[in-house]
Amino acid sequence: MTQFLEMTGISKTFPGVKALDAVTLELQAGEVHVLAGENGAGKSTLMKIMTGVLKADAGGSIRIEGQEIDIRGPLHARALGISIIYQELSVVNNLTVAENIFLAREPRNTWGLIDRPRMIAEARRALAELTVEIDPAAVVGTLSIGQRQLVEIARAISYRSRLIIMDEPTASLSNHEAQVLTKLVRKLASQGIGIVYISHKLDEIFEVADRISVLRDGRSVCTYPAAAMTPDLLVREMVNRDFGALFGTHVSHATDEVLLSVRNLTEKRPGGRGSRVRDISFDLCRGEILGFFGLVGAGRTEVMEMIFGNRPATGEILIGGGKVRIVSPSDAIAQGMGFVTENRQELGLVLGMTVRENFSLTHLAEYCSFNVVNRPRETAACLGYIRTLDIKTPSPEQKVMNLSGGNQQKVVIAKWVARKPRILIVDEPTRGIDIAAKAEVHALLNRLASEGISIIVVSSDLPEVLAISDRVIVLKEGRISDELQREAATKERVMLAATG
Amino acid sequence: MSVADNSPASRGRGGIHGKLSKLRHAREFNVLIALVMMGGAISVFTPYFLTVDNLMGVSRAFSLTAIMAIGMVMVIITGGIDLSVGSAMGLAGLVTALCFDSGYGQVSAVAAGLSVGAVFGLANGLLVTGIGLPPFIATLGTLSIGRGLMYMITHGVPLTPKTPDSFTILGQGYIGPVPVPVVILIVLTLIFSLVMIHTRFGRHIYATGGNEGAARLSGVKTQRVKLTVYMLSSLISSLAGVIAFSRYLSAEPASGFGSELDVIAAAAIGGASLSGGIGSVTGAVMGAALIGEIANGVVLLNINTYAQQAITGGVILVAVSLDVFRNRLKGGR
Repeated sequence: MTQFLEMTGISKTFPGVKALDAVTLELQAGEVHVLAGENGAGKSTLMKIMTGVLKADAGGSIRIEGQEIDIRGPLHARALGISIIYQELSVVNNLTVAENIFLAREPRNTWGLIDRPRMIAEARRALAELTVEIDPAAVVGTLSIGQRQLVEIARAISYRSRLIIMDEPTASLSNHEAQVLTKLVRKLASQGIGIVYISHKLDEIFEVADRISVLRDGRSVCTYPAAAMTPDLLVREMVNRDFGALFGTHVSHATDEVLLSVRNLTEKRPGGRGSRVRDISFDLCRGEILGFFGLVGAGRTEVMEMIFGNRPATGEILIGGGKVRIVSPSDAIAQGMGFVTENRQELGLVLGMTVRENFSLTHLAEYCSFNVVNRPRETAACLGYIRTLDIKTPSPEQKVMNLSGGNQQKVVIAKWVARKPRILIVDEPTRGIDIAAKAEVHALLNRLASEGISIIVVSSDLPEVLAISDRVIVLKEGRISDELQREAATKERVMLAATG
Repeated sequence: MSVADNSPASRGRGGIHGKLSKLRHAREFNVLIALVMMGGAISVFTPYFLTVDNLMGVSRAFSLTAIMAIGMVMVIITGGIDLSVGSAMGLAGLVTALCFDSGYGQVSAVAAGLSVGAVFGLANGLLVTGIGLPPFIATLGTLSIGRGLMYMITHGVPLTPKTPDSFTILGQGYIGPVPVPVVILIVLTLIFSLVMIHTRFGRHIYATGGNEGAARLSGVKTQRVKLTVYMLSSLISSLAGVIAFSRYLSAEPASGFGSELDVIAAAAIGGASLSGGIGSVTGAVMGAALIGEIANGVVLLNINTYAQQAITGGVILVAVSLDVFRNRLKGGR
């Protein structure tokens, strides 16, 4: 293998923060190099420097094939053969696959108009190189998230990239799609393309990596060949603490008292179309943590939205043995439910509002007399939760958009916990947050359960579901396919129920 | 975040210094500065500008736009828009005039005028929340219906019924040196500022515009919030219509036409974001004041009155551009 990129002594200072401190990274052509580290370790900043979005402080050097180079901007980086595939997809949904691949560099015919046949033919070639079957004329919005990601990769390849950076590419993919992707990553590497791969998922890291570099607090910690690394060691390098110490052991707080019963819940779809999610029945006990697992598209989030009144459904919901009518989220909230949504930025938070305002949105009436908000009381309560949940924010008046992912998630949890719910639904509570924050969220859910709150945890992260749940319900294609007590819920059985 | 968060401003309490510093960071501060500077510039050329008489006259002239801007800014903060304010205003004045014409007393006449607002608000609110029309389209429709009705009722001829003297106080009276419409404006500004800043309803308006999905899932009844702001906007506009009729005692067939643009401009100059979640009542009122000040300056300085609209347009662009730059400086690294 030959060396493609070498970065030495790369530092980056933002006002008040040193994001990177003399980082070194060396990348060979044809290798998959995993970059690991917690949120805030400096991975994104390093990526931005590699792709010319940010400029490093003076003093470091970037060499491409031994030549010292000053990356002047994103277009220059692309010309040098460096492409990036972001965590958030950057495809235009209302254009076709081919139009996306050739966006802003459409092939033109002699009249100066877009040469559509050539564009489609070349797009087809790029997709064929990936051995994926996607119609170049299809509108991207009609594709699955996984397919859209493949379109982005096809675009990167059509730039003749020699280094592709992938920032958590599987974060929103189903297990199957993720496997397709990791296979593809190996294939690209075997063709001599260098891959920088960022991921928080340990299994995936070890499946795909040739080498692993760890960043911590803006510094290079170590680089290992993947074969010489273990998950435990990797976590220790990332957080500087032991894996076991981080997560602790599971203690069940489940009682026998059934709090919530769901009977034959079936999605009601407009125009009498067939319901995808149907016949969902289960019980939830006081103090129990019930895990809901299923592949992407199995209907996990839909079930929770139906229970919470945000999606029309037929069937019965009983709380404390009595039938309740829930047709809107405010009905569900009145019944003592809380819903920490899957997508905190889209549905969990009002990003332009402050921590305090987001925190109190679920239970503002508590701080009101005659509908007038008592600001000091509201602030005091918010400060209390900032302290107990250890939310890192300079003040309650900070806008939540300025917080890190893990701290945003804690704000969402805080706003529901402060309402003192009897039932708390948490959908993908740890997506996109780092391991230390993940451990804190797990500990928090356990503590809530010990206080008698019933919790439903929805997650596509199987180890997480198994680690935290007293009982696991598995969904497959919109129905419950299995229900397992903690002792019986092994990785294999759950996966079998989800896929088999 | 950095230094700013340790300043008294961001902690939001402590001393007059903190209050001043907080004020300086508020978006409304820009408009206030523009207002003062523009006033200074005009009075350099004509000392008459800074007389009580003139300032009261200016205030009365922009008071109707400002009153309507209060309702508009609430709609805009929810992420909507209300194009029908001019029609609601004109039709409310006309209906009031019709009542006087048919011999009803002033209480029923005013009530009838305000009920026009209730009907407009209910229609706009239900079209937006019930049917789910985009607010732009829904209120564009009611705007046209309102205009059409006015021509149908008046046949293009102004209506000038006999009115009792006590009714004219609303538009023509004074309390001390202050015209009654300006008093009404001040009272409404105070009430709705307090509502927006200190009540649950106000917080829900900001949350609905900031992220409707998140607000709904947090238990905010977003549809009810939206219905209410459209109701308020139309009611406030119809009140402006009644005041206008009381001032001129003539219901013109074209009364209120085109005023929606001034009203939206006032809200935008005052810092409201048309994508929702951001804005303030005081900002919108000051925006209307700035437009009024420009109009006055154009007259006092003997500038071609046709230029007034062009100047107002320029001010809108400059004001909103400055706001965008300021945000970029604050947000960008």
